[in-house]
Amino acid sequence: MMEFSTWDILRNLLLATRWTIVLSLVSFLGGGIVGALLLFLRIGGNRISTAFTRYYVELFQGTPLLMQLFLAFFGLGLFGINVPAWLAAGIALVLWTAAFLAEIWRGCVEAVARGQWEASASLGMGYVQQMRYVILPQALKVAIPPTVGFSVQVVKGTALTSIIGFVELSKAGTVVTNATFQPFTVYGLVALIYFALCWPLSKSSQALERKLNAAHRNH
Amino acid sequence: MTYTFSFTWLTEYYPVLLKGILVTIELIAVGGLFGVALGTACAWARALGPAWLKPLVSAYVELIRNTPFLIQLFFIFFGLPSLGLRLSELEAANLAMVVNLGAYSCEIVRAGIQATPRGQFEAGASLAMSPIQTFRYVVLVPALQRIWPALSSQVVIVMLGSAVVSQIAAEDLTFAANFIQSRSFRAFEAYFVTTAIYLALAILLRQALAAIGAMIFARRPAR
Repeated sequence: MMEFSTWDILRNLLLATRWTIVLSLVSFLGGGIVGALLLFLRIGGNRISTAFTRYYVELFQGTPLLMQLFLAFFGLGLFGINVPAWLAAGIALVLWTAAFLAEIWRGCVEAVARGQWEASASLGMGYVQQMRYVILPQALKVAIPPTVGFSVQVVKGTALTSIIGFVELSKAGTVVTNATFQPFTVYGLVALIYFALCWPLSKSSQALERKLNAAHRNH
Repeated sequence: MTYTFSFTWLTEYYPVLLKGILVTIELIAVGGLFGVALGTACAWARALGPAWLKPLVSAYVELIRNTPFLIQLFFIFFGLPSLGLRLSELEAANLAMVVNLGAYSCEIVRAGIQATPRGQFEAGASLAMSPIQTFRYVVLVPALQRIWPALSSQVVIVMLGSAVVSQIAAEDLTFAANFIQSRSFRAFEAYFVTTAIYLALAILLRQALAAIGAMIFARRPAR
């Protein structure tokens, strides 16, 4: 029987934290790209693409992330692909993040006054030009605080990938607990590491909100 | 793709699904009720409570909001027994949901309280109401009315999040799905049906909360 010091536990957890960070970054960046595509389909597209994105968002926001992970894990397997846990985790998290970001950003674009669209259209701008030069620069400012705030949900969401067998911080917590029989210490430390990852994001989201709002008031 | 979908297992296993649905509903009913009550108490403490209580409540709220629900659940179920608090799977799941929703609803309710015009507090005081009475009769109900939509979506999020309580073997809907897939080897179909049930539950819960809101806040003009 091996003895584990608190430092041994913490070291193993921190090593696994790398994968939580990598998966969070991949999900957030991938989700951002897919989310932007959804946003363009939602606000610029025809009736079919608008309906599609509406149902997409409803589906991903109305079902548990855990179920989405299971469906990605077992559903991809139906195509005869041997799905590694990291791939299923990445795909499910990207699609899930995209749904939330598209919905957040839609609110930000809609916050830009209607007259801005009309003004830019009357200057003969096409849809892409309107977005590029008039709408997005204004929507972006509104979008930054809630986007940073949502990144906290992404980091916490990666914890669920432990259930389909991806070894990140939560899974490492379970493995280390099974080896040390010290669940109180191990899960306490796991919680503190998540807190150390998420709290700066939460705080900067709040700070950005205050800062960008203050700028808005001075106009 | 040569896989043939089969849902014949439904005839055999639908009682398992039904039981799972009932447990999930029980979890969100208890979690929702006590969670919002806890959140309201914390919101009072944070906005109007004694000075010594504020940092404690802030620490609780920040700690819960910045850690995953799964870890909170594991900490309560696996970690707390070493402090002498041993809970059953269902008790631990319920406690975790109350603690989780408590922190989120604290922030939401607090936003509603802070939007209360200063004059309302003064009007309550000038009618010789105690601070508690002012809070109860003047501040709280309009505050809840203001934030009811945000609170409703948080309750739905917590309901969907409750899927992970299957990981401590609380026998909710996801637990039923895991059970069925391990018996029938129809993993994709089992999770597909379960996902559809969750979607239906989410839509129903949203409408139920809207109806409850309309009932509680009837005859009160929105402000």
